Amino acid sequence: MSDIKKFMYVNRKAPYGTIYALESLEVVLIGAAFEQDVALAFVDDGVYQLTKGQDTKGIGVKNFSPTYNALGDYDVNKIYVEKESLESRGLTVDDLMPLKYEDEDDDWAEKDSIHVVSSAELSEIMDQSDVVLSF
Amino acid sequence: MKLSIQINEGPYTHAASDTAYQFTKAALEKGHEIFRVFFYHDGVNNGTRFTTPPQDDRNLVNLWSELAAKHNLDMVVCVAAAQRRGIVDPDEAKRNGKDGDNIAPGFRISGLGQLIEAGIQSDRLVVFGD
Repeated sequence: MSDIKKFMYVNRKAPYGTIYALESLEVVLIGAAFEQDVALAFVDDGVYQLTKGQDTKGIGVKNFSPTYNALGDYDVNKIYVEKESLESRGLTVDDLMPLKYEDEDDDWAEKDSIHVVSSAELSEIMDQSDVVLSF
Repeated sequence: MKLSIQINEGPYTHAASDTAYQFTKAALEKGHEIFRVFFYHDGVNNGTRFTTPPQDDRNLVNLWSELAAKHNLDMVVCVAAAQRRGIVDPDEAKRNGKDGDNIAPGFRISGLGQLIEAGIQSDRLVVFGD
């Protein structure tokens, strides 16, 4: 594999109800082995994928939200959540899982993976990506 | 330009596969290279040869198979998505103890790494779906 590309995975749908969120996460985890520059974006109902305290007992579907906590170990630590999507759903960053990673360039200090960004900032980041996968 | 195509929806319910087919065909006719066509989510349902639409309707599975044969396309069905939805080739049938297979000509079952590789190797990855 030659050069490193900037991959962005755009997650737009609620975690349950359709399979897109789960199968997107599967691509991210497999893709991590390719050592590309990876970023995740969560917009629209996609922001619900990162909410704390998900409980799926009532719907008989596997709760896969703990898997997001493993992303830091896969060097997936650029997670952008659109501010407008949070606000329009009455959510704040405190409603989201506190996803962390250890920064190897900073004596393995623990840092937040989640960055809340405006729609304009996110479109800038998206514009700088080489490969955008939309789920 | 070197292109790869990702299709996230099955045939007939959704226009994604139709649109992707027309796009792929047009790109080939314009002289572009198609590095890979990758079927994901319900898109794996484009790869079963058991599809039998009414005779006066298009047979999307056959259209893809014919396009692949004509242009030597690499058409990959995601294995994890295929297993969930019952898309099976002879190897998968044997491995998972199934009594038959249904993969259509020109399609092959492989992993998600093939999608990432398509993103790395192509000038553009074009995604079709909702």
